[in-house]
Amino acid sequence: MKEDKKLIVSAIQNGTVIDHIPAHNLFNVISILGLDKITENQVTFGTNFKSDRLGRKAIIKVSGIYFKDSDINKIALVAPHAKLNIIKDYEVVEKNEVMVPEEIIGIAKCMNPKCITNHEAITTRFDVMDKNGNISLKCRYCQKITDQAHLEIIR
Amino acid sequence: MKNKSLVSIDDYTKEEYLEILRVASEFEKNPVQNILEGRVVATLFFEPSTRTRLSFESAVNRLGGRVIGFTDSSSSSVSKGESLKDTILTVSNYSDLIVMRHPLEGSARYASEVATVPVINAGDGANQHPTQCLLDLYSIQKTQGTLENLKISLVGDLKYGRTVHSLLMAMSHFNPTFNFISPEELKLPDEYKLFLESKGIAYDEYSELAENIKDSDIIYMTRVQRERFADPLEYEKVKNVYILKNKMLEGTKDNLRVLHPLPRVNEISTDVDTSHKAYYFPQALNGVFTRQAIMSKILGLR
Repeated sequence: MKEDKKLIVSAIQNGTVIDHIPAHNLFNVISILGLDKITENQVTFGTNFKSDRLGRKAIIKVSGIYFKDSDINKIALVAPHAKLNIIKDYEVVEKNEVMVPEEIIGIAKCMNPKCITNHEAITTRFDVMDKNGNISLKCRYCQKITDQAHLEIIR
Repeated sequence: MKNKSLVSIDDYTKEEYLEILRVASEFEKNPVQNILEGRVVATLFFEPSTRTRLSFESAVNRLGGRVIGFTDSSSSSVSKGESLKDTILTVSNYSDLIVMRHPLEGSARYASEVATVPVINAGDGANQHPTQCLLDLYSIQKTQGTLENLKISLVGDLKYGRTVHSLLMAMSHFNPTFNFISPEELKLPDEYKLFLESKGIAYDEYSELAENIKDSDIIYMTRVQRERFADPLEYEKVKNVYILKNKMLEGTKDNLRVLHPLPRVNEISTDVDTSHKAYYFPQALNGVFTRQAIMSKILGLR
């Protein structure tokens, strides 16, 4: 059967479509962007769409919101290949990619159980290390590296 | 360096290391001075470390300063549930400088962000212990006359030993060659090997001690600890392989010196103690001069 995404998730008039999110990280992206906290704008999402590149992918459509680069880049941790379509009056006016930021403040948890950030109320800070698209985080405090497999998002 | 906390060895540049070593050599010539008169240094030891604490306190006392603090967390308000932040903010009010030992990694960086006075890290878990590293550099420079182009054998627990990691980072500025001698289970982590390769520094790895120290200028011994082994049988197999005996020093270079961060258990046989190549006790004394230099630089007194 031919897959027609427009039938599954309806188009938006103005806002942002975030595509190519790995399906298992959909809710992490929602959490990082704070979409679970907003009360006005319409948010629709769909998941487990077939994707040659990701296996199963998810899409989020947010009405009436254009994200700042510094905000959207935070999702690079869990969706480094995500694509953004900026929609104005039903037309895609701009396509953007997620850029991996140099520093991540908050969002992620250090995987080292002996790190001070897991024992006191401290905002975590990491230097982002990007080796051939594999992102890992070096804790500014304990210097230990948290890799993708052990990445835990603070919700 | 004035008012700059010392949390990690890479907080300081090569030039700053050399400046500290220069000032340390001045304190070695003249260790009793009154330059810290009227100053208060807080030594906050959230876990006991008698040797490090006494070395710092000796350094302060010989310079005429006063020491306040606690020797383990059970005798402080931590046992009442006070946060590290609150302890540091409070003690900042009482002191000119904080020296802190803490079992959690990253605690010293955090303390340096919170404190209103400079913080010296005296060990944060398995992470960093920069004053040990600087006293090691001082000992190497003093015994070899230089830090440049030396052959350094690091022996024992190269996986978890933070003194080993800090030392190789610091020595990487001085074109060394390294021998890494350890059991398979305690080999140097790849991240450090990649670091050395990126700086073009040559190294070899061995699992046998006696044959591989002949051309060394420095042997840096560390403890192989039983608790590092998942399998107790593996520990039994290797525990006696990494013991330095006086006989092994035959045929080694005359300028060779044996260093150890102490405390020693059995990894250096006591028959080495009388060799002129044994340097671990003078090394501990160098710790006092080095800490005098670090504290007086940070307080802007030198």
